[in-house]
Amino acid sequence: MATTVVVPPKHLAMADLKGKVDPDWCPGCGDFGVLAALQKALIELQIPNHNVVTISGIGCSSNLPGYINTYGMHTLHGRALAVATGVKLANHDLTILVTGGDGDGFGIGGNHFVHTMRRNVDLLYVVMDNQIYGLTTGQTSPTSRIGMKTKSMPLGNIEAPVNPISLALAAGATFVARGFSGEQKHLMELIKKGIQHKGFAFLDVFSPCVTYNHDNTYQWFRPRVKKLEDDSAYDPSDWVGAMEKSLLWGEDIPIGKFFERTDVPTLHAAEPVLNPGPLVQNSARIAPDVARSFVEELM
Amino acid sequence: MKHTFAIGIGGAAGQGVATPGDIFAKIFSRRGLHLNAYNAYQSIIRGGHTFLTIRTGPERVTNMGDRLDLLIPLNQDAMHRHLGLLTDGAACIYNADTIKPGAAAKGVALCPLPVSKLADITRNKVAQNTLAVGAGLSMMGIGFQALAEVLTEQFKKKGDAVVSENLGIARAGYDYATANFKSFARPLPMTENRYAVLSGNIAMAMGGTAAGVKFYCAYPMSPSTGVLHWMAAHARKAGIMVRQVEDEIGVVNMAIGAAHAGVRSMCATSGGGFALMSEGLGMSAMMETPVVVIDCQRAGPSTGVPTKTEQGDLWQMLGAAFGDYPRLIAAPLDIRDCFKIIPEIFNLVDRFQCPGIVLCDLLLSEGRLSVDPRDLDFNPVIDRGELITTASFVSPGDGNGGYKRYKITESGISPRAIPGVPGYVHTAATDEHDEDGVLISDEFTNPTKRRAMMEKRMRKVEGIEAAVPPPVLWGPRNTDITLIGWGSTKGVIEEACEILTEQGISANQLQIRWLVPLHGDVIVDILKDARYTIIVENNYSGQFARYLRSETSYTPNGYIRKYDGEPFMPHHIVEAVKEQLSGKSTLSVPAHEIMV
Repeated sequence: MATTVVVPPKHLAMADLKGKVDPDWCPGCGDFGVLAALQKALIELQIPNHNVVTISGIGCSSNLPGYINTYGMHTLHGRALAVATGVKLANHDLTILVTGGDGDGFGIGGNHFVHTMRRNVDLLYVVMDNQIYGLTTGQTSPTSRIGMKTKSMPLGNIEAPVNPISLALAAGATFVARGFSGEQKHLMELIKKGIQHKGFAFLDVFSPCVTYNHDNTYQWFRPRVKKLEDDSAYDPSDWVGAMEKSLLWGEDIPIGKFFERTDVPTLHAAEPVLNPGPLVQNSARIAPDVARSFVEELM
Repeated sequence: MKHTFAIGIGGAAGQGVATPGDIFAKIFSRRGLHLNAYNAYQSIIRGGHTFLTIRTGPERVTNMGDRLDLLIPLNQDAMHRHLGLLTDGAACIYNADTIKPGAAAKGVALCPLPVSKLADITRNKVAQNTLAVGAGLSMMGIGFQALAEVLTEQFKKKGDAVVSENLGIARAGYDYATANFKSFARPLPMTENRYAVLSGNIAMAMGGTAAGVKFYCAYPMSPSTGVLHWMAAHARKAGIMVRQVEDEIGVVNMAIGAAHAGVRSMCATSGGGFALMSEGLGMSAMMETPVVVIDCQRAGPSTGVPTKTEQGDLWQMLGAAFGDYPRLIAAPLDIRDCFKIIPEIFNLVDRFQCPGIVLCDLLLSEGRLSVDPRDLDFNPVIDRGELITTASFVSPGDGNGGYKRYKITESGISPRAIPGVPGYVHTAATDEHDEDGVLISDEFTNPTKRRAMMEKRMRKVEGIEAAVPPPVLWGPRNTDITLIGWGSTKGVIEEACEILTEQGISANQLQIRWLVPLHGDVIVDILKDARYTIIVENNYSGQFARYLRSETSYTPNGYIRKYDGEPFMPHHIVEAVKEQLSGKSTLSVPAHEIMV
């Protein structure tokens, strides 16, 4: 079952990671920046593309696996994290990238989001957060601000938005960060750190929707985003401090790594069944004496 | 008539109905006797009423039967509910200190045990149960040694003192019965055979293990939870990853993720959980990632009656997920078949890269049956289909070197590469896609390609039909009656046929194991010369009858349906057949006389 052919080491280049088709996102969409940052991060880390699985749900941003030449799965709306957990547990040698939007991850997929974090599944989850439903032509999302007018809430949103950073911290994510599509290099560094993190890495990315969200634009974000890395006093190992920072919104919005801890075992490391190696490499039948013991219990 | 002997043990949940049942089951199976057990219970942890029927005999016992030979009521309520149903030759053993007998039919032996005189009830709260087991075995003509062995095994972890205390109580009951109660007319024989006793849930879990399942996940839901429990308890020894997931949506998606990465992956649930999995089944079909989902049916709709059986999920299975796609639906015929069917369906879903559903029900899931260990084959044929797990070539750039995951083929089957293999990089999508996986649902919408992909997937249906054997008629030809059933009703219909034949009404049986593919033409051909056909099923609307009609235009002469939560007993079917032959009705709904 195991991959036996050894591929000669080869320098992974941008051309290797280009998908078969070009993205169908609107010109100016924030997701272009996220795709480019993902590709650049994989090149910097030199992870062979056949060892990467990019898994998404449904929505504009969830079309991303089609635009990056790694193994990909374009799953169901909200279910990418559940599928990704299954892939990782069946073959934990793979690098798993999960990509999607705020509606996909925090709305319909909210349940899996919380539980995948508390399980510390070893993957990077990148949410292209544009605070709107784009592919369904502009409705309120779980991260839309109060007062925002959309086709589904024409008088303005009256429901409090989800704070993805606080939620991730509360749910036990072991790596929590926020990026901005307009800050490419910074975003790429966060993606690299998230891939290298052993455990669940959550990266919320402000990825403006130029078509349907006229409130949270590049121009709106640019003066507000402040890199946590620029604050030498900030300690990303301090959970309480991270929680306090996560509540900031308005004139100053922190981006960067809020929190990371490395002392929690990943789900696959904590599972003794995986001690001999990835499940997919175990094609052995049940040993006859083990089978016999299963039957003898019943006699 | 076959020689069988049935014991009923009734009491409140928490009173220890299960333990005497387990002891009897062990003793019978070790004497080489077959057995079939069914526990009628309620969704309650303490209290209420639960009633366990164990029927044993030297030949195969396929159902709970019609008659109780021995009743052991553990409280007054159980005495009230069940004594009146005993007939000539039966006996009732009860605690004379706490339970008053009611009116019993002629020939029923009332066997009061002076429990407080025979055991120290201040020390042992379940003394009455152990005394009754001892007394019962004495009356059946089974030597005390058999009971001593089982009790010693059962209590050895608790130390010698507990073992000897329980042996003492059992012995007192045994000796008291020998001295005071009349033995049953026909003692139970012994054979050289040895059987394993297992539930359908354990059988399906073990069947999965035999099939090479490496990933099992579930959300607890009666009556499917037994699969999870067995898997969790044996996972490490079997090398299986077992996970409890946040909900059934997560379950099916996680299972498909693991399957996509290359392992055999299974999950089990009941109707409500299955409803949540429906969209995921469509994903399995569209991505062409094989997965096996077990549905243990319980009485619906909605929360329904969680602890009662029904065959009411058929149309949910037939209609699960939207759109057209190939699927397999198998209904195991008995607990032994629960084991056997899992490797079979895995080979098919792997070969045809589609979802497979095992449509079980509470009757099998939680019932118990004696099975010859030789029928539990842990080394079955395993066919993973066209699965690419190693790189056969290395393409420049380590790209996808012309590999098309969804290549259009005559069979509709496209070789499936798993993530991690160099040279086969591709994306699998739930959106419609072209041969190499590029979405044709959004910007590249293309009616010609869409049609080609639909036809590619649906071509697999022909292969599936050819790979699955059609049903066969059981019993003699040219009978007065042909009874048609599906899945778990096999055993009870078989016994009804035997009783009818003995009573001068010849009967045979057509039992459906594969619901999809159905082989409708074969069924119609089998039934075309039948004199009087009746479809027997455990639901209100005749779900199978409607399905068969929709596929073949075939309508039977009559219907027997039951939807009170309890399984059929042979006499229900026998009496209904007579009612129909007398022209009184073409739809019979037997009443369940036992109040459980």
